[in-house]
Amino acid sequence: MTATAAPAATGRRAPRRATGGQALRLVVLIAIVAVVLYPLFWMIGTSFKSQEEIVNNVGLLPEAFTPGNYTAGWTNFDLSFGRFFLNSAMVSLLTVVGNGISCLLAAYAFARLRFRLRGLWFAVMIGTLLLPGHVLIVPQYILFRTLGLVGGEWPYLPLLIPQFLATEAFFVFLMVQFMRGIPRELDEAAKIDGANAFGIFRHVILPLSRPALVTTAIFSFIWTWNDFFRQLVFLSGLEDYTVPVALTLFIDSTSQSAVGPMFAMSVLSLLPVFLFFLAFQRMLVEGINTSGLKG
Amino acid sequence: MALTTAPDPTRARTGSVPTPASGRGVGRPRHGEGLAGYVFLSPWLLGLMAVTAIPMLLSLWLSFTNYDILTPWSEVEWVGLANYERMFTADPSYWHSVRVTVTFALVAVPLKLAAALGVALLLNRAWRGVGLFRSLFYLPSLLGGSVALAIVWVNMFNRDGAFNSLLGLFGVEGAPWVNDPDWALETLMVLAIWQFGAPMVIFLAGLKQVPTELYEAASVDGAGRWRRFRNVTLPMLSPVIFFNLVLETINGFQGFTAAFVLSNGTGGPVDSTLMYTLNLYITGFTDLEMGYASAMAWVFLVAIAVITAIFFSTGRFWVHYSDGEDR
Repeated sequence: MTATAAPAATGRRAPRRATGGQALRLVVLIAIVAVVLYPLFWMIGTSFKSQEEIVNNVGLLPEAFTPGNYTAGWTNFDLSFGRFFLNSAMVSLLTVVGNGISCLLAAYAFARLRFRLRGLWFAVMIGTLLLPGHVLIVPQYILFRTLGLVGGEWPYLPLLIPQFLATEAFFVFLMVQFMRGIPRELDEAAKIDGANAFGIFRHVILPLSRPALVTTAIFSFIWTWNDFFRQLVFLSGLEDYTVPVALTLFIDSTSQSAVGPMFAMSVLSLLPVFLFFLAFQRMLVEGINTSGLKG
Repeated sequence: MALTTAPDPTRARTGSVPTPASGRGVGRPRHGEGLAGYVFLSPWLLGLMAVTAIPMLLSLWLSFTNYDILTPWSEVEWVGLANYERMFTADPSYWHSVRVTVTFALVAVPLKLAAALGVALLLNRAWRGVGLFRSLFYLPSLLGGSVALAIVWVNMFNRDGAFNSLLGLFGVEGAPWVNDPDWALETLMVLAIWQFGAPMVIFLAGLKQVPTELYEAASVDGAGRWRRFRNVTLPMLSPVIFFNLVLETINGFQGFTAAFVLSNGTGGPVDSTLMYTLNLYITGFTDLEMGYASAMAWVFLVAIAVITAIFFSTGRFWVHYSDGEDR
């Protein structure tokens, strides 16, 4: 690695050796980036096209930038689209809180405490990692409906209850792996100072687990924000809809006039994820690196 | 599920896969700690019971009934194996959805992994800008599963969409892709492949672990670029390839959002995008045949378990662990 890092330092363009290969590599990479990013730019460009232009000009850029789609999309339904954003934000943020707390508690038990059947429970937890959510949706729906929670007083409970019960095994596993890297000597020291399991958790593990918590927070926010399946199943009233479910309402109205507003709202819906990406890109890319699941 | 390998290929390489059993004195918990363990574990245990185990059992029972959400519990009838019989012998659309799903996974997963590995190899050198490329390639993996991106995709591959106008530049007249039963699923495959960034990042982590001495030794022995790739990179990378393959296959079988958006929840055109999970959703939540949908869910679960088991049993023959640890 260090050997190949040296020529790069000599300048952005054409390092002294292997110029042909390097340049070719760069050209290929730029070509791939162009192809990969095209749909995203096209989405943004189209969202600023007038209705006419959407039909006649499928190019990347609009001839005239018109923000009209954004205002039209925002007010397209009986409710302002802002309502759906608020709903999505609430579900996503509460999911972050739920996952953070419950997964941290479970991870601490698995990583540090000794108790009967720990090995068995750990194996079960790993087993649930690969359990497809689609398999459980029907019985979960029936259970939550029987309990009066679907379309109930506060319709987000079926979405949130599992998140407060550490059912996202991926995050439990991620935190277990992280906690194993915290030196046990710290626990021992706290123990000598008279701390019990709760004290060690509070004063040693919790403060040191912040990086794992941040990773968990970012990924649970993004995944919940983008999640469609569960929200589609559990939310039934327009005023309860989250952004992804509301977006599908545009598809129902198949008229051409809906395309512009639909694109505008799609762009807006991806904005929070994109901002997260900008702010945490290193962490995101490396977080998936070291924990390597999903995506 | 037979998954006991730590889903962390990069760390696995170091040979220190920690299992909970590696702690000292398991089975004889010290007084007090056992209780504390269960206190901390209680939310998870409750979740396991209420959100996972009980629903699973309920679903197993439902799969032998004619339950739909409208009939009261007292009138639910035990129908024995009728749901399974219907699935396997009398429901052509079921088999069609199996075919669609398997086709999707068989084509999209290898191509996605090939793209991921190819680009990872291009990026596997430290030079200025590599981080930027890596992030840009990863972006679709963050956005791609969303409804918004599926909407964009459908419009891009319309008859009058951007893709056809691009083809028009070369004088090719494109199909109406998303509205064409012969091509709709392919557009979904392209969408899946487009999200190659996540496995790419994992490949990159794996490539970093390959000792440079191995390449040097191979070069000294006169191995060319291809031989080095074939005889050093591939075997050293095989645990990561294995990991990505298992993960992406399981993900591939579960594709739902894009198929739902493309077909407006119907699996069309002409059932060409009727992915298994979409079929399950339609059966359970549109047709309200929840007993039948539960049977489908259980077959799906068993199928995924079997496929995972097959991966793990064949993995022994081609996955190379450099620490000699046999798993």
